[in-house]
Amino acid sequence: MSVIHDPISFENYDSEGFFDELIEASGKPRPDAAPLVDVINRLPGGDLLRRQAAIERSLHRMGITFAVYGDSSGTEKIFPFDIVPRVVGWMMWRHIEAGLKQRIRALNLFIDDVYNEKAILNDGIVPRDLIEGASTYLEPCVGLKPPGGVWCHITGTDLIRDADGAVFVLEDNLRCPSGVSYVLQNRAVMKRNFPQVFATCKVRPVSDYPARLYNMLRSLATDRVAKPTVVVLTPGIYNSAYYEHSFLAHQMGVELVEGRDLVIKDGFVYMRTVEGPQRVDVIYRRVDDTFIDPAVFREDSVLGVKGLMDAYKNGNVALANAPGTGVADDKVVYCYVPDMIRYYLNEEPILPNVPTYICNREEDRKYVLAHLDELVVKPAGESGGYGMLIGPHSTAEQRAEFAVKIKQDPRNFIAQPTLSLSRMPTVIDGCLKGRHVDLRPYILHGKDIWVLPGGLTRVALREGSLVVNSSQGGGSKDTWVAAEPGHGEVDT
Amino acid sequence: MLSRVAESIYWMARYIERAENTARFVEVTLNLVLDQPMGVDQPWRPLINATGDDEVFDKSYEVADAESVTRFMAFDREYSNSVITALRNARENARSVRESLSSEAFEQINSLYHYVNSAAQAGTSPDSPTEFFDTIRQHCHLLTGIFDATMSHDIAWHFANMGRLLERADKTSRILDVKYFTLLPTVDSVGTAHDDLQWSSLLFSISGFEAYRRTHHMIRSESVVDFFLLHNEFPRSVLFCIENTETSLAAISGGSTDPRHARAAKLVAGVKDKLRGTGASQILRDGLHEFVDSLQQDMNEIGEAIKDTYFR
Repeated sequence: MSVIHDPISFENYDSEGFFDELIEASGKPRPDAAPLVDVINRLPGGDLLRRQAAIERSLHRMGITFAVYGDSSGTEKIFPFDIVPRVVGWMMWRHIEAGLKQRIRALNLFIDDVYNEKAILNDGIVPRDLIEGASTYLEPCVGLKPPGGVWCHITGTDLIRDADGAVFVLEDNLRCPSGVSYVLQNRAVMKRNFPQVFATCKVRPVSDYPARLYNMLRSLATDRVAKPTVVVLTPGIYNSAYYEHSFLAHQMGVELVEGRDLVIKDGFVYMRTVEGPQRVDVIYRRVDDTFIDPAVFREDSVLGVKGLMDAYKNGNVALANAPGTGVADDKVVYCYVPDMIRYYLNEEPILPNVPTYICNREEDRKYVLAHLDELVVKPAGESGGYGMLIGPHSTAEQRAEFAVKIKQDPRNFIAQPTLSLSRMPTVIDGCLKGRHVDLRPYILHGKDIWVLPGGLTRVALREGSLVVNSSQGGGSKDTWVAAEPGHGEVDT
Repeated sequence: MLSRVAESIYWMARYIERAENTARFVEVTLNLVLDQPMGVDQPWRPLINATGDDEVFDKSYEVADAESVTRFMAFDREYSNSVITALRNARENARSVRESLSSEAFEQINSLYHYVNSAAQAGTSPDSPTEFFDTIRQHCHLLTGIFDATMSHDIAWHFANMGRLLERADKTSRILDVKYFTLLPTVDSVGTAHDDLQWSSLLFSISGFEAYRRTHHMIRSESVVDFFLLHNEFPRSVLFCIENTETSLAAISGGSTDPRHARAAKLVAGVKDKLRGTGASQILRDGLHEFVDSLQQDMNEIGEAIKDTYFR
């Protein structure tokens, strides 16, 4: 079937009052994006759509899929991809990078503190029972001293921009953040199917992520071990992010193991191989904290290894991320991160939080209940965009339901004003339309902190939707960070 | 290589081979029926008995005829040794170790499974059963070729190879045993067209008719037994399977002198020597059924040794 399409162009693209990543309010492209916009405008009719289709076929063939929980067909879907890349200028990136590094430093100090001295709790900066009463505060982690005081080795922080283009942190993902495999594959398919756009911008490469990840993981092994063995621990093929576990293991050249492949012997971790038991020194665990050791945490877990925590505590195996980081991966604790930055680093936050109301605070709760139609209300512990109330899009009935939930369990809810999230031109039905986006950069913290240039841009494909999560109709785009003039490697 | 991965690859290969062999069993019987003189006993009941699962069959099917047996052996999801069950198991194993396979291999396993699954879901026996089984056989040939040509012949490949060969040796000896039993030559029937037909169909079931003719020309029970069990060049002959299992085992142990490899290797060498040191006439004199029985026991032991050594 061949359909003649009108050429896709930005001519009639309207940013409609939202901050657009590529196009200014006047309709002119932003300086960093101008060459890219020009190339796209000059493409012959149907060309962009053809390339988009070719990319989708590639992704299908490569099996870049994820499983959606609760989807009755139980099958795998491709994470939808949009061909128009996001461009981030180098100055903006410098700002973001500094802010992310500052934030992860403070969060690590916080986690180390609450499992040891508890200074920040004693000084009343963060309410004690918010932390000690949290289900994510793991008793067995109290007193732990991971090497270098680093608990979060791999973090994915969600960022958004408001109507003025200012960058805010939406959320810190400190447990098992996923999505970096899409970042790498998106870049790969773009380079293969749309190479000419890479001449329009000096784009910083992302392909060194697996090597840096591997080196960081390796560095966690004790100095005793000359050639550390690193593995990726996965819950298995039925986990929604399995593709990524497999991809990263493959890219790093390490084994992908499940709990049942590992066994503890004489206090060390071994994997069962055809050559006999082989010692494991570092585990990149993509299994949730409470499932990693049935002897210490959930005893019904079949995903973990009995005795793993003991081996970990004795320094015989390194775990990335350390168990216990979930205590800071919580929407209520998020509100205190700016305070953590001030407390531990004596600095002002470079990247602000989104203004947030904590329903556990009486004042905040009153405000929230009176303004449910204006706010986004989120349960503290959920991820994936589930269980939210988007005030302006809700019915009176839904708001009443939420009011009851909030009153019953106020500690579990926070609320934020509906932000005017930034948008990006996205190919919808053969032309460019504005859709809301967010950004998830990835941060590696070993002996030093490194931020992957760019990250995952997620786009809400449904018109007007603010929900970008893969599990609820989101897609992704390639994300470009322009290289600083005169600096380093670029992707060509 | 992780033990779990090796085990999955080994079993994936065994199940694929099992599916193919079951399909061959049914196909050859279907063909045989077409040429049967009137009044001769139908071969369906013996085929069921040969599987050893006649009790299972009798629970769900009243009569052993072409339709019920085809349905049982090809499509019965409750039957652990049906073609559909074997393929489902093969596919499950393949899925869990997908990264160790080439994408073509995985896609072909998937496509074979879906072919049989669609036929199973249609609920009735296929319109042209011989065509159906022929297609399965073609798919399996394709799969063998893909495995051989698109995967490095590394440890993973050797585990698959061993799984396939051990299953093949087991099923080949079994099919010989069954048919021989039903083909027990009587003084009256030796040398008749009927007799020849039975033996020919047996050879067809292992795609060995032409190769046999080149080696032995005339059909004699002794030569057929020799071809099935003792031929070291024909790929479906038991001796060939055992010799190549030995090669793969050696590749897996990689020349290591670690005693843990010794048990399986010793057992395989023992079977090889037994086969090389026996003639077909000797086997027939002492009792084919007993010989095949002990062969199968030997192969079970080999399977256990492989499991204990590599999959724990």
